[in-house]
Parts: sequence; C-alpha cells; structure tokens
Amino acid sequence: MWTYILRRSFQALFTLVIITVLCFLLTRFSGDPLAQYAANPRMSAADKEALKERLGLNDPLYVQYFKWLGLAIQGDLGNSFFARQPVSEMIGQRLPNTIILMLSAEIITISSALLLGIISAVKQYSFWDNAITTFSFVGFSIPIFFSALGLMLIFAVQFKAWGLPYLPTGAAVWDKSDPVEYIRNLILPVAALAFVNTAGYSRFVRTSILEVLGLDYIRTARAKGLTSRVVLFKHALRNAALPLVTIVGLDIPFLLGGAIVTESVFSWPGMGRLFWEYAQRSDYPVVLGILLIISLAVVILTIVTDVIYTFVDPRIRLG
Amino acid sequence: MATDIASLDSPTLAREGVTGKVLTPGQLIWRRFRKHRMAVFGMIGFGTLLLFIIIGSIYISDERANAVDLQARLQPPSRQYIMGTDSTGRDIFSRIIHGGQISLFVGITSVIISVTLGTLIGGLAGFFGGWVDSILMRFTEAMLSIPQLFLLIVLGKFIGRDIDTVVLFGRTISGSVLIVIFVIGLTSWMGLSRIVRANVLSLKEMDYVSVSKSLGSSQIRTFFKHLIPNTMGVIIVASTLGLAGSILSEAYVSFLGLGIQPPTASWGNMLTAAQTFVQKGSWWMWVFPSIFIVLTILCVNLIGDGLRDAFDPRSSRHL
Repeated sequence: MWTYILRRSFQALFTLVIITVLCFLLTRFSGDPLAQYAANPRMSAADKEALKERLGLNDPLYVQYFKWLGLAIQGDLGNSFFARQPVSEMIGQRLPNTIILMLSAEIITISSALLLGIISAVKQYSFWDNAITTFSFVGFSIPIFFSALGLMLIFAVQFKAWGLPYLPTGAAVWDKSDPVEYIRNLILPVAALAFVNTAGYSRFVRTSILEVLGLDYIRTARAKGLTSRVVLFKHALRNAALPLVTIVGLDIPFLLGGAIVTESVFSWPGMGRLFWEYAQRSDYPVVLGILLIISLAVVILTIVTDVIYTFVDPRIRLG
Repeated sequence: MATDIASLDSPTLAREGVTGKVLTPGQLIWRRFRKHRMAVFGMIGFGTLLLFIIIGSIYISDERANAVDLQARLQPPSRQYIMGTDSTGRDIFSRIIHGGQISLFVGITSVIISVTLGTLIGGLAGFFGGWVDSILMRFTEAMLSIPQLFLLIVLGKFIGRDIDTVVLFGRTISGSVLIVIFVIGLTSWMGLSRIVRANVLSLKEMDYVSVSKSLGSSQIRTFFKHLIPNTMGVIIVASTLGLAGSILSEAYVSFLGLGIQPPTASWGNMLTAAQTFVQKGSWWMWVFPSIFIVLTILCVNLIGDGLRDAFDPRSSRHL
C-alpha cells in the first residue's frame, strides 16, 4: 500500500514537472503582457525596455522558468502585471468561492443522480425509466451555457417580469459578505452545473446498479427472504456506488472547466472567471498561477481517489 | 453474445440474423447498429441537419449571412426574419446555416487531428513500451491534468489570434477558424491515446502478431498492418464521441469570445455575450443557435452510443 502511494507520488512529481514546463512555455509566449502600454504616449521605448528588464522578461527562458519555479515552491506566484497585486493573494480571494460553487453543485449532482439512477434501475423499462433515460441523454448533450442561460431567463428575468420572487442574474454588484445575498447568488450557478452533470451521472448509476443486481450475492440475499428494500439499500447500493468515486475524481477537471463558463455567465467571483479575464489580458503570472493550482489539485485528487477506492473496495489490491 | 460464430447456439444465430450465410464483421456491426433504435434516430437526425445546412447554403449566400443591416437590429422572429436578427441586424437563420458549416467543419477536422495524434501516441507507447511508454504517458497525464477549457484558452492565445482571413472552398473565412481547429485537435487526443495504448499492449502479446514477426514483418508493418487495424473499433467509437466533444469545445471557446471571430459565423460565436441578451429579453439570439448545438451533439452522441454497442458484442448498454 505505502509502496504504491510512494510510487504514484513519484510519478506524479514527474508529471508535475512536465506540467510546469508546459504551462510556463504556453503562457510565456501567449501575447505581449506589455501590450496594454502600447497606446500610452507617456511611455517611451526606453521606459518599456526598463520595465521589461525590471520584470525579468529579458532573462534567458530557462532562468525565468527556474526563478518562477523556485518562488512558486515557496508559495510566491509573483505579481500580476495588471492588478499589481500578489497572484497568490488574488487566487486566495477567489478560491473559496469556486470551492463552494463546486462542492454544492457536486453534492446536489450526486444525490439527485443516485435518486434518479435508483428509480431508473429498479423500474427498468418503465415509463419513469424511459423518462429519466431521455432526460439523461438530452441533458448530457446540453452545453453548460445553455442550461445557465435558460435558468437565468426563467428564474431571473421572467420571474421578475411576472412579479414573482426572482433570483439575481449576477450582473449587479452585490455584497459578498452578506450570507443571504451570497446564497441567492449561488443558487442559479449551482443549479446550472448540477442539471448538466446529473444527466451523465444518473445514467452511470443506473448501469452500475443493474450490473450489481445481476450478481450472485444479490440472488442469495433475495433467497434469504430479505425485502427488496433491504436488498437494494443494504446490499446493492453499496457496491453500485463504488465506481462513482472514480467518476467523481476523474470529473474534477471537467467541473473546473465548466466553472469558467458558469462563473462568467453569472459573474460569480471565482477562479474560473479570474482566469478568463486575465488570460485575455495576457497577464501571465496570474494565468500561470491558476494553471499550477488547478493541475496540482487534479494530480493530488487523482491519487487520493485511487487510494480511497482501495479502502472502500477491498477487492482491489494495489501492487 | 460471444464473437465466436462457432460457439453460438441456433437461437442466438437467428437473433443475429444469421441464416446460413456467413457475415463479415462489418455486416454484423451494421446489423447490431440498426437494431439500436436511438442510434438510428440519431443517424436520421444528423442526416437531416446535414441536409438542412447543405440545401440552405445553396439558397442563401454567405454574403447574406454576414450582411450587417443597422436598420433591422434585434428584430424578433417574423415572416421576413424567421429566427430574428442579431445586434447588428444580421439574419440569424442564414447565420445558423453558415455557422453550422463552420461548426461541423471545425468539429470534423479537429477530430481528425486528435484521432491521428491519439492513435500514434498511444500506439507507439504501447508498442515500444519501456522509456518511450513512460515519457509519452507522463506527457499524456500532464495534458490530462490541465482541464481542457483552460488549455484551449491558453493554447489559443499561444498560437495567436492575428491571422489573416483565409479562403477555403471559395469562401473567405476568419483565420481564427484554423487556430480553433488546431487548438481543439491538440487538446483532445489524450483519452483515446490511453485506450489505444491499452489495446496495443494486449494485442502485441497475441499469437498472430508473433507469427507475423517470425515471418519477418518489419516493426512498421506490424504496427500499421496488424495492431492499429485491430483497434479500429475503439478508434471509430472514440472519434464519433470526440466529434460531439469538439463541437462542444468550439461552442465553449467561441462563447467566451476567444474562439472564431466574426463576421464568420459559428454556432458558438453567435452566443458571445449572450448573457446581456438574456437580460434584455432578445431570447431568439441565443435560443436558436443553442438548440442547433444541442440537437447536433445529441444525435452524434446517440450514434456514438449505438456504435459502441455494435462494436462490443458483450456490451450490456441498451436503451
């Protein structure tokens, strides 16, 4: 077990080195960070050169990389060119919002997917199963911006027009320290994410339950005279929910990607929107910082998922 | 159902439609695919969409799709403008037809790139093993750890967006189309490469491969003649599902304003800044393009699902 974790961590370290080189090269050459000064008449060519020198943009590439990496390991991700603020501080302000958004969306997704998947599997080929299957296929094909815009149209714009209690679109400035306002602004983005993700997950739960229900130990449990409720919840569900651990773990990069769109539609003050805004400005310390944090999270979570899996499923032995 | 014809009992044979005549694997797959009701539905739907776009572009020129008419801004759907007009008075119906061409073109070409890359990288890693395998797979892992949408945005900026317009098939289109194709192709090969690697790893231990080697086949011949054709099923299924993914990716980046640049229409860039329209009530500007995106992805996903079942006789996934 420990050798497995050690070996995986060693591999992950190697992967992380590749990630940092890749991200560094990609962001370093993605547009001129000084382009914002191009139209500034008070900025002479000499000033620009001096600024470049001061920011270290004239150093050889590998020097820049190792300088950045050395500081990044110590938790210093540099300063934003545009906001003139430490990147780690900027990310620190946005990260909790993204985590809250993701976690609430994920909790709702998993619980509703389990519910729909169970109904679908237990009542296979019934009306409800067909309805849920149709929903999951359509939902799976819906881009997040469509569900986000649709929910916004109904619950924010039309409800307001009809004089019903409505939810905010996120366009107006709101007080982020007020918990009621916070939750009101959170509802629509969470619903948009959960709607799309539930579709795929519920199909997965259905297949996995149907597979487990066909196994011998379930027949044994039924033969013992247990009620179908006990068989389903005490015997089948436990094993059927196992693969969900992997799926959730593997889906985290997709969730974060979806967050860029959701956050920008609802102006949610999270990391995805921060990334999108600063990528457009070629502010590469910020972009690089966010890429590093996210890929670090993905790499660590992948290992954690695999390890958790061995704990919840003793049938798997890691060598 | 087993693949081995000899081991099938007669009712199974009858169900498979085998009546004395020996069918080629292709015919068997086609038979199974036809029985998949939803897949046939998807095929018909996709065919209808293609016909709509092809016939539409015969009657409506792309000059008309790109024509700005400030007198007719933000017109709701009417007899003259079936789907209304956008914020610069362009006809949405014409733009859907021409945008569809671009979206499908981007989808198909980027899938060709990603499938070629995925097959080569995965195939070579599995075939050579050792350090080639380690390096290629760590690189794949690194790419997989960065969420695709983040990669798309950074890579899009990296390649640069100031490319001149290009003339393709007699149409002048924005150079950003080519960038989007490459960016999507370069960021979506990882999943397939892992599958191909696993397949090649198991195939290369098979007897027919050793026979071919002992008969003096070169490595190149073994690779392209024996290993890759036998993973074709997986590759075909992955490219169909990949097509849905690519169309979706194009929609996401263009939605965020970093993809295909106007005046060239794509289904994604018709949705840029859509959240402002939602708040202002011009629903037709985002509902129609979104519906086309959803329908296309739904049909392609259904076809992909049917193909997966058809290629994998043991698969229990049925609707």
